[in-house]
Amino acid sequence: MEYSYSIFILLLPLFSFIILGLTGMKMSHKLAGYIGTCSLGIVTILSYLCAFQYFGADRVNDIYPTIVPYNFTWLPLGSLHFDLGILLDPISVVMLIVISTVSLMVHIYSFGYMHGEKGFQRYYAFLSLFTMSMLGLVLATNIFQMYMFWELVGVSSYLLIGFYYPLKPAIAASKKAFIVTRFADMFFLIGILMFGYFTHSFSFNFAGHGAEVIMGEGTTPFIMADYGRAITAGAMIIPTALTLMFIGGAGKSAMFPLHIWLPDAMEGPTPVSALIHAATMVVAGVFQIARMFPLWMAFAPHTLSIVVWVGVFTAFYAAAVACAQSDIKRVLAFSTISQIAFMMVALGVSLPGHGALYDDHTQLGYMAGMFHLFTHAMFKACLFLGAGCIIHAVHSNEMALMGGLRKYMPVTHITFLISCLAIAGIPFFSGFSSKDEIITACFQYSPVVGWIMTGIAAMTAFYMFRLYYGIFWGTENKEAHAHHTPHEAPLSMTIPLIVLCVITVGVGIYSTLGGFLGWEGSFGSFVSASGKDYIIHFDTQIALTSTVIAILSICLATYIYKGESQPIADRLYKTFPKLHRAAYKRFYQDEIWQYVTHRIIFRCVSTPIAWFDRHVVDGTFNFLAWGANEAGESIRPWQSGDVRQYAVWFLTGTVALTLILLCI
Amino acid sequence: MANLVMFIILAVVILGSAVLCVTTKRIMRAATFLLFVLFGVAGLYFLLDYTYLGAAQIAVYAGGVTMLYVFAIQMVGKRSLQGLVERVKLSRVAFGAILSLVGFLTVVLVLLKNQFMYAACQVADVEVPMKEIGMALVGGDKYQYVLPFEFISVFLLACIIGGLAIARKEEK
Amino acid sequence: MVPVHYYFILSALLFFIGVYGFISRRNLIAMLISVELILNAVEINFAAFNRLLFPGQLEGFFMSLFGIGVAAAETAVAIAIIINVYRNFNSDNVDSIQNMKR
Repeated sequence: MEYSYSIFILLLPLFSFIILGLTGMKMSHKLAGYIGTCSLGIVTILSYLCAFQYFGADRVNDIYPTIVPYNFTWLPLGSLHFDLGILLDPISVVMLIVISTVSLMVHIYSFGYMHGEKGFQRYYAFLSLFTMSMLGLVLATNIFQMYMFWELVGVSSYLLIGFYYPLKPAIAASKKAFIVTRFADMFFLIGILMFGYFTHSFSFNFAGHGAEVIMGEGTTPFIMADYGRAITAGAMIIPTALTLMFIGGAGKSAMFPLHIWLPDAMEGPTPVSALIHAATMVVAGVFQIARMFPLWMAFAPHTLSIVVWVGVFTAFYAAAVACAQSDIKRVLAFSTISQIAFMMVALGVSLPGHGALYDDHTQLGYMAGMFHLFTHAMFKACLFLGAGCIIHAVHSNEMALMGGLRKYMPVTHITFLISCLAIAGIPFFSGFSSKDEIITACFQYSPVVGWIMTGIAAMTAFYMFRLYYGIFWGTENKEAHAHHTPHEAPLSMTIPLIVLCVITVGVGIYSTLGGFLGWEGSFGSFVSASGKDYIIHFDTQIALTSTVIAILSICLATYIYKGESQPIADRLYKTFPKLHRAAYKRFYQDEIWQYVTHRIIFRCVSTPIAWFDRHVVDGTFNFLAWGANEAGESIRPWQSGDVRQYAVWFLTGTVALTLILLCI
Repeated sequence: MANLVMFIILAVVILGSAVLCVTTKRIMRAATFLLFVLFGVAGLYFLLDYTYLGAAQIAVYAGGVTMLYVFAIQMVGKRSLQGLVERVKLSRVAFGAILSLVGFLTVVLVLLKNQFMYAACQVADVEVPMKEIGMALVGGDKYQYVLPFEFISVFLLACIIGGLAIARKEEK
Repeated sequence: MVPVHYYFILSALLFFIGVYGFISRRNLIAMLISVELILNAVEINFAAFNRLLFPGQLEGFFMSLFGIGVAAAETAVAIAIIINVYRNFNSDNVDSIQNMKR
């Protein structure tokens, strides 16, 4: 099994970033775009090759082995050491496919969307940097390498959100994103350090998982984590460390209350939103829990309920806010938050059952979460890219300026509709199977959670179709269209849409039929909690219920929003003005955070510390300098230029020395 | 005995002239008293049977250096000669006196600590032969002084040239 | 025979009289004259040491001899400097030289 080409998956985007970063301004836009896209095309081909090779190889004990082609020690610190390497594992290979596909689509799309922008080359350089960081994150062999690339992803996100840096909102948004995620990453780091300190290992080779680890030649072997030592030090240590790491993941994945950065991050260019804030970076938290899943299972299975309830609340909150937003990108942002919460809930409800550590129950939640990650990336990226086409045509984000666009933009219309159907959970579209399995897992965990998630799925369908009708149906904005008729986007922008839709529909048909008919070779055969083949069976009752609820929500949305005017919507708005306003303002979360940071932290904590720093610390050094200066000034008169005084001192010194020498 | 009497007379002359030299307000008188001191010191050298040294002292010091001082005073101290005298600050006088006293006592202390007095020996009242001095002055052996001799000749040349260079009148 | 410590006390007295004169006088030439007193004291000391403690050798003698020569040269140069100072500052006080420092 030869996976030595896998290093190029990381190196190619890195070189592309360096070349475009250093020399990009000297080359034309087209050349920079071609360099970026071609390097990413090669990465995509290599990723598919890797996946093909990996999943095509034989299983060992019915489990796909974990392959580590590269692992070298970067920083040895006594018994702990930080490694850098590449680890191939079912979830990392699936993520490879997701990241490279979506990134390639975004690269092609950006040819058309960013055409004529100043800083085109810088954009492609940062895209390459981001792709490299995300790939490094999923291919990490140990938690510290994952943290390193985690931070790099954060940096790339900051650079890309602030791409339109001459504009103030963009700067503010990029700073907010970076600071909020950095704050969460502080907890992540504490969790890593705690874990590493007590178990003396950072590596991802968890005992008891059952997968065989095949190390490549010349790689540093993994250190086995010493769980016994951690447990004797304290029973709650590993759960605490894992929870702290989860908080870090919650920041990156925009869970409540650390979600505030994601809607503002829509200030960046739309392809960036598609890549980073829909498909890849925001799922890093989900990926982290999936990666650490054996540990959660073995040591902290009941702490997973924190994950569940955070996810449930976030999903509900985001869905509620999305129902009242008027900016199409904000609707999609909150939809993303809600869907990622779905994935978190899916992972969280995977409690072990009564039997073996990994039985049917855990398999379902884990597998459903990862499957939803895969399908969501595809259709959410398609939605964002479609929104980009619309923004490109109408030159604005607000729904009020849109309406009736289906006549002008047919391709965008169809792809957007397909993606909306997918996210709503209609059978034969990919979102159906993944969401359905999540809801099934929730029902197995607790009926309350199951019904709540079903309700949120209904809300999802509702607001997505509100968005769809608001853009493509309803009254046209005739004055705006008179100036500039909206036209269909150029080919470079529509081809990615079509590709992503094909994937959505293809996966959807295959998984729906496979789920109902019990086919092998569905997603469960690739990724599952125990690693063994998992054959997906739909629970017919739940599938039927969720489909009916979805169709009902769509009908409700059609009834309210399809027509030329929306009388019912207006009446609802008049009846509940305060509620609508609160939902529009995202339930004042931003104001609360501002209050906490400005009034409480800045005033009560930072100001005294700043005072201390300025007066005590600086004061000490100022005092020392003042003392030195004064000493110098006081000695200065000795150099008087008066010869007689020199003679006096000379004589005094000599006499004193003589007396001293005499008396000793 | 005679030596002792001679010594005491010379000592009185030297010390008296020295004290008057440093306390007088008029510089011309200071130069004169310096002359007397120099003569006294030459006398001491004759007493010590160092006739050559005494002769050199009179020739160089009393003759040359004192003339230098007189000329310098004439050139520089016009106002002082005309009667404007130097005002001496009392604090400085006191300070100088104390310091000198302390220094002197230190030296006496050193003197008492070391037992020089008992090492003196009787020497014949014979002066050093001139031939010996001459041989030592230009001889190149271990304890002979040709190098300092040559060096001091160069040194004197340098001082002459230096003095000329410093005191030259600038061309306008 | 004159005891050796008489010479030492004499030279010490002369030395410190010269020091007193150097410190307390303001006129440059007067200071130079005090320096001459100091030098003479030192020469008496050397000569006395040599004659009365080490009669066979001649080191002290030559020290005094060369000392006389050096003192003469040094006096010449110092007076040249004083003349220069007088030309530039029109004063023969040692206070006037202090300003050169700035």
